[in-house]
Amino acid sequence: MKWPGASTVRGKLLLASILSKAAAFLVAGVVITGYDMMALRERLVRRLAVQTDIVGANCLSALLFNDPQSAETTLAALRADPRVRAVGLYSADRRMFATYVRDAGSERILPVEAPAGSGPDYRGRDDHLRLSRTILFQGKPVGSVLIVSDLSEVTDTITRDVGIFAGVLLLALLIALAINIRLQRAISGPILSLAETARKVSQEKDYAARAAGSSGDEIGALVTAFNEMLEEIQMQEAELRTAHDRLEQRVAERTAQLETSNRELEAFSYSVSHDLRAPLRSIEGFSRALLEDCADRLDEAGKDSLNRVIASTVRMGQLIDGLLNLSRVTRAEIRGRTVDLSSLAGEIVEELRQGENGRRVEAVVAGGAMVEGDPALLRAVLQNLIGNAWKFTRKRDEARIEFGVAKESGETAFFVRDNGAGFDMTYSDKLFGAFQRLHGQNEFPGIGIGLATVQRIVNRHGGRTWATGAPDQGATIYFTLGNGGRNGGQKDRAAGGRQSG
Amino acid sequence: MADKRIVLLVEDNPDDEALTLRALKKNNILNEVVVARDGAEALDLLLGTNGKSGTLKLDQLAVVLLDLKLPKVNGLEVLKRLRADPRTKRLPVVVLTSSKEERDLVGAYDSGANSYVQKPVEFAEFVQAAGHLGLYWLVTNAPPPMSR
Repeated sequence: MKWPGASTVRGKLLLASILSKAAAFLVAGVVITGYDMMALRERLVRRLAVQTDIVGANCLSALLFNDPQSAETTLAALRADPRVRAVGLYSADRRMFATYVRDAGSERILPVEAPAGSGPDYRGRDDHLRLSRTILFQGKPVGSVLIVSDLSEVTDTITRDVGIFAGVLLLALLIALAINIRLQRAISGPILSLAETARKVSQEKDYAARAAGSSGDEIGALVTAFNEMLEEIQMQEAELRTAHDRLEQRVAERTAQLETSNRELEAFSYSVSHDLRAPLRSIEGFSRALLEDCADRLDEAGKDSLNRVIASTVRMGQLIDGLLNLSRVTRAEIRGRTVDLSSLAGEIVEELRQGENGRRVEAVVAGGAMVEGDPALLRAVLQNLIGNAWKFTRKRDEARIEFGVAKESGETAFFVRDNGAGFDMTYSDKLFGAFQRLHGQNEFPGIGIGLATVQRIVNRHGGRTWATGAPDQGATIYFTLGNGGRNGGQKDRAAGGRQSG
Repeated sequence: MADKRIVLLVEDNPDDEALTLRALKKNNILNEVVVARDGAEALDLLLGTNGKSGTLKLDQLAVVLLDLKLPKVNGLEVLKRLRADPRTKRLPVVVLTSSKEERDLVGAYDSGANSYVQKPVEFAEFVQAAGHLGLYWLVTNAPPPMSR
């Protein structure tokens, strides 16, 4: 419900109070006035009835003796009552016998014939009250009398009553208004303060604000509870801010530490790259020079020793390169592009085929594996995985390498599967560690850095790696690419390519 | 004419110097090889000091083989100074170093290197690389005209 000018609590309270008081007064006034009116009428009728009876008794002889003169004299005695406007005396045959009228204008309000339905009867009409009575002599009607009285007494009383009532109402409302305004200061004051404080808190985030007012009533309790709540919020906010600041500071410290250690790592790998290789080159180069220059002075055992020295230096060179690659992968910035893993896998298989012609390898590459990621790093992943598969199927007559897509608990996983040497699942946790190898150098050469590199790249893309396999039954290496793999595996099965050579 | 031209090798490691010379010899590259053992010496040989011109005849110089990690003045700095000098701004310079770090590659090419060769650990590969280098820079490549 919308009250004009009642958009504030103060206005609403005032309006409600005034309206309820006015309604109460109005009801009381109407009831009292109505009752007054009825009582007044009853009294008037009773008095009129008495007058009629008296007039009837007084005029009995005049009627019996057919003496209108005397009847009129009797009737004229009613002049003493200013409310009586006219009186009519009718004979038994209902004809007009004698009349009394207060003034000339009142003559026509008397009917010429006695009103129908003789007997005690009165009627009030408009501003007149009429009362007629049958006059009896020895039980027989000898005529009737009709008194028309003026109702001005009633209307005057009512008008006066209404006037008084209106005055009282007005005065009462004014007093009520004054009391209300004073009372409301006590009620709406704290509420307004509460509203203002709430606005300050919500808009200015000023948790130090407090609502004023602390009376003992419900509003006082509300204000107190509100202030307590603010106190709590302020305290928690301060704590939160402290915690946040501390966290920020810690993050800044950690970032600085991380940056320092990254710089150190970079300096370290730079130094490794430059300085660790130089002595190796000397060892390798001069061993080789010794083999060439002093071949005639070296026996087979000496040559064998030198060859072992050379082989070891070469291997150490590879290890250094592997380590540098691994650290490069860790530090490299990931450049996100759309990468077609399928065509990448196809290319790598072709490269391997060209590098080692004459091997029979069946390669199955699922199509349409589109992902988001760093093209160079993802190529390194597939190069390592497919390269491994190629290496570990060396002893198979019917080697088979497969690149595919699988759904792993809602995630898109890519895999490279082979039917090569496989591995014992007992050691599956060692598979992705740097320099961890599950095969002897003589069996399958390698430095044990490939899967570690794969895992780092995959982790940096937000994905994970795992492997399944069994000795002599091949291995499957899986990887996901976090969100980057979302496009993958939609057309894979339909567009499976099959190459054989 | 080609076999009369000089190669300047800037190399601080005597082992690497010996191996480089050996690798060149194995490829029958018999050109004179002048060796500078740090960056300052190389600059002195090429550009001279205090207004005096360098002792090396620039018009007889075919190529500079420049290591990056050098005492006193490092390889990149040497390269930058050579490029800044009108006498050597077109001189063929091949960076010959151990590392293949991206920042070295970028630095070398940005400073005006003509070529970048990583010294392999295996001597056989090094001999091969030296052969390619000699053949290319002493025979195949047309040298820039000397600016004076």
